[in-house]
Amino acid sequence: MPEQTMESPTPEAGTVGDALLVVDDVTLRFGGVVALNEVAFEIRRGEILGLIGPNGAGKTTCFNVMTGVYTPTSGEIRFDGTRISGGKPHRINALGIARTFQNIRLFPEMTAMENVMVGADARHKTSVPGALFRLARVRPKPHELPDNQIKAGFAKVFGISRHALEERAGRRKSMEMLRFVGIADRAHELARNLPYGYQRRLEIARALATEPKLLCLDEPAAGFNPAEKADLMNLIRKIRDRGLTVLLIEHDMKLVMGVTDRLVVLEFGQKIAEGVPAEVARNPKVIAAYLGEPDDAAQA
Amino acid sequence: MDFNALIDGLGGHTLDGLTRGSIYALVALGYTMVYGVLRLINFAHSEVFMVGTWTVLGVYTVLGADSESAMPMVIFATLTALVAAALASASVALAVERIAYRPLRKKNAPPLIFLITAIGCSLVLVEIFGHVLKVFFGAPFGRAPVNVPSPIQTHTLLTIGDVRITNVQVFIILGAVLMMVALDLFVNRSRLGRGVRAVAQDPDTAALMGVNQDRVIMLVFILGGAMAGVAGLLFTINFDITKFDIGFIIGIKAFTAAVLGGIGNLRGALVGGLLLGIVEVYASAVFSSNWADVTAFIVLVLVLMFRPTGLLGESLGKARA
Amino acid sequence: MSDLNEPTPDSTTDPSPQGRATGAFGLPRLNIADRYSKAPLWVRMPIVLIGISFAFYLPFLNILPFAYIRTDLTSGGSDWGGVLFLIVIYMIVAIGLNVVIGLAGLLDLGYIGFYAIGAYSVALFGSPSSPVTEMIADKFGLSEGWAVPFVACVPIAIALALASGVLLGAPTLRLRGDYLAIVTMGFGEIIRILSRNVTSVTNGSAGIIGVPSPPEPSENFFSAIETAHWYWLALSVLILLIFLTRRLEDSRVGRAWLAIREDEDAAAVMGVNAFKFKLWAFAIGAALGATAGLLFASKQAYVEPTGFALNLSFLFVAMVVIGGSGNMVGAMLGAFLITYLPERFREFQDWRPFAFGVAMVAVMVLRPQGLIPSRRRAREFADRKNEAEEAAADA
Ligand SMILES: Nc1ncnc2c1ncn2[C@@H]1O[C@H](COP(=O)(O)OP(=O)(O)OP(=O)(O)O)[C@@H](O)[C@H]1O
Ligand SMILES: [Mg+2]
Repeated sequence: MPEQTMESPTPEAGTVGDALLVVDDVTLRFGGVVALNEVAFEIRRGEILGLIGPNGAGKTTCFNVMTGVYTPTSGEIRFDGTRISGGKPHRINALGIARTFQNIRLFPEMTAMENVMVGADARHKTSVPGALFRLARVRPKPHELPDNQIKAGFAKVFGISRHALEERAGRRKSMEMLRFVGIADRAHELARNLPYGYQRRLEIARALATEPKLLCLDEPAAGFNPAEKADLMNLIRKIRDRGLTVLLIEHDMKLVMGVTDRLVVLEFGQKIAEGVPAEVARNPKVIAAYLGEPDDAAQA
Repeated sequence: MDFNALIDGLGGHTLDGLTRGSIYALVALGYTMVYGVLRLINFAHSEVFMVGTWTVLGVYTVLGADSESAMPMVIFATLTALVAAALASASVALAVERIAYRPLRKKNAPPLIFLITAIGCSLVLVEIFGHVLKVFFGAPFGRAPVNVPSPIQTHTLLTIGDVRITNVQVFIILGAVLMMVALDLFVNRSRLGRGVRAVAQDPDTAALMGVNQDRVIMLVFILGGAMAGVAGLLFTINFDITKFDIGFIIGIKAFTAAVLGGIGNLRGALVGGLLLGIVEVYASAVFSSNWADVTAFIVLVLVLMFRPTGLLGESLGKARA
Repeated sequence: MSDLNEPTPDSTTDPSPQGRATGAFGLPRLNIADRYSKAPLWVRMPIVLIGISFAFYLPFLNILPFAYIRTDLTSGGSDWGGVLFLIVIYMIVAIGLNVVIGLAGLLDLGYIGFYAIGAYSVALFGSPSSPVTEMIADKFGLSEGWAVPFVACVPIAIALALASGVLLGAPTLRLRGDYLAIVTMGFGEIIRILSRNVTSVTNGSAGIIGVPSPPEPSENFFSAIETAHWYWLALSVLILLIFLTRRLEDSRVGRAWLAIREDEDAAAVMGVNAFKFKLWAFAIGAALGATAGLLFASKQAYVEPTGFALNLSFLFVAMVVIGGSGNMVGAMLGAFLITYLPERFREFQDWRPFAFGVAMVAVMVLRPQGLIPSRRRAREFADRKNEAEEAAADA
């Protein structure tokens, strides 16, 4: 991730880069339900794009088609010029899209560290026979040498197994990710024993460890108090500053307005608005969509 | 391979297959209902069936019914055996649920644990008839096969072409289908049945709506057990035999039938059972009876390949993602 | 039995971090497993070596009171070396099946099929009287009594098992758990039925005699009487396989399996090629099962279809789950209990299956996580240790 060179994004709203991901008239039906209806928008390199809309608008479904969980009924999605719609989830991840889940989906019986390691493994190349026999030797770069002098000497002469090399690198990277999201103090606890806020952050760390270009966050602040939300806003900015593009689903308008560069608004599976936050907030359709809800409730 | 043997006796083979399949289908109902509600393969269900066959033997012995009995006695003995087998099987099914499954459910154990527990229950039940009861009562309990002479005498009812239809075949097929229709009506029409469907669809919502989940689960085990008991009666009428481990092979067949039709789906159990019975009988005719089981499994794999949720799909309530 | 490679983890250890200081009856907890995994290499190495030596010594165990564990104390008892051999064979089965069920979370009810493939491969290719060798000898004009030597049968058996694992897995691994269970069960049955029905290849229910033994260092080394030698052979194989399986567990492969078991969809989105890793789990499990079957057949010197009935599959699954699914030591403990106890208490022969059933239900209802739950804690400590080392290095 750090070695990715991109035109450094300016932190101001409305950053313009070329399109990283293009959603091209995507429709998705579940039987009679049209969850997405000819949705089209693009995510630009280096921006934080907010995806908002009332409950059931199709936001999570949109993530699901982007990450290969569902195949769109029609339309296509291109990432970095490659068509990804209909592709397998792990291939899409390899291209550089990672996500978190609205209803946290960690690997509960694995430690926080191991959860992140699974993410880091996405970039590793050790094969199953390689892990079993550990015969293939690779020559480590100076910074990859073991710290132990004797071991380092051996490694210089005989090389080191790819497994050992990647395992070390993976552990370092995972620890760094845990520190980055601020939960390194409980790295060795089982994910299911972590407090809720830690679990949400752990999901972000795990996704980051796969070294994505695009990070999709599905309601990462759900259930957070204002202080935690502020922290999260900072974290999202920090992620963008590392050169990543962020797609954010969030219901908290203050957070959305504060952190996103642009917004896409969905309602009933259709895109109803798009633009910079201030503009979208004035859009009558959007206001109706959000204010419409209490009306319905009153009628019911 | 001998396709002529199949073509020549097609009618008779089909009828044999339907007879066999009806029994599979009845047992399959138990697997399917428990699966539909609990997402659990109740491997002990095969023994619930086995208990049914032994109960039938017990009723015949007590009433002294045998092939010499007069017509009123035959009817009385058969009906008593039907009720007793259904009751006995239902009680055993219920006991398994209360003793083994409920504590596990309370602990929220993973499915694998249920499976092993079920296998353990199975073993216990098998051994009760294969050994424990023998220690106390001697024969007929034990590991040897036991004759269960049905008082119903087989005779040909009518002949169509060269297909002879016997009263036993008609009784079994009709009996099984009637039981299934009754069960289907119960689940789809009655208030209790609605509870079953609700829990099958969405246990949490059902609980919120005031459906008593434990009661529904008990009901499902009782209904499935009763069906297996009836199947036990039909089985003894057809094959005149039982054995302490008879449940094993019938259980596997019935479970295959349930999966074939779409596990969790009542009508699927019927379709799967009948189809499996027919496939087996046809395969026996074309190859030899040695190959019947292989063919049945191959058909199952092929069906799952193209329809991963069985022929009719899974649904006690409706299909799930 | 876990003394084969490491001391028995204290199964009473409370997994929660709170109750660490004191255990039952207010006594201090030993936390053997934790201490062991935290101990430096120079402490662990001798322990492992002592454990292994003890395991090799077991056939001659004669010191009271320990000798009471022997199964041949009464005249009707079973040969102690033979029982040890069987225990180790089933331990190999258990670690293989643990990869499939415990780690990858795939419910395989047809594991006996792979065991049978291993047994039959060595019999079909290695026995001079099997129809296969006779046909090959005929075709290539080889001398009467020709057969593939044992050493060459091993790779054949493993290759066939890997291939059948992939052949079974490739179309079926996309099926959901319960469906996979029944399809694998069908596979196990099909293998048995094939071995019974395809008489022209397998001799049908007559079976095959003359299954070869490993090359003998001296005359009659691997004979039917010298069961201790067979036990040592199997034990060595077991130790090698434990070592290799550990390596898989402690790598990205093991992590991928766990992730798939925990949440397959989430794993896929995190870049895990779930299908590939599941297939590997299947194939590796198959190879281990075949290894066990091949050793077994070789010692029996005879194979026949009834030795591979479906109930054995269930027994295998029970071993893994009762011991503690996901934990190799637990799985081996399960294998030990399920093989050893019935042999030790032969007097109660007729009551054994009943007692076994009751025990199975009781263990599961009272302790659903198995006797030795899993290595999670050990892992946690390993992680901690590595992390501490790296932190020290960073500073
Ligand atoms: N697997 C599915 N099968 C059927 N319908 C589905 C499925 N997944 C989503 N839907 C439907 O698609 C619509 C959009 O759902 P989605 O979860 O994307 O909403 P959302 O915008 O994320 O809402 P929320 O803010 O509540 O998370 C809903 O009507 C939902 O019922
Ligand atoms: Mg959502």
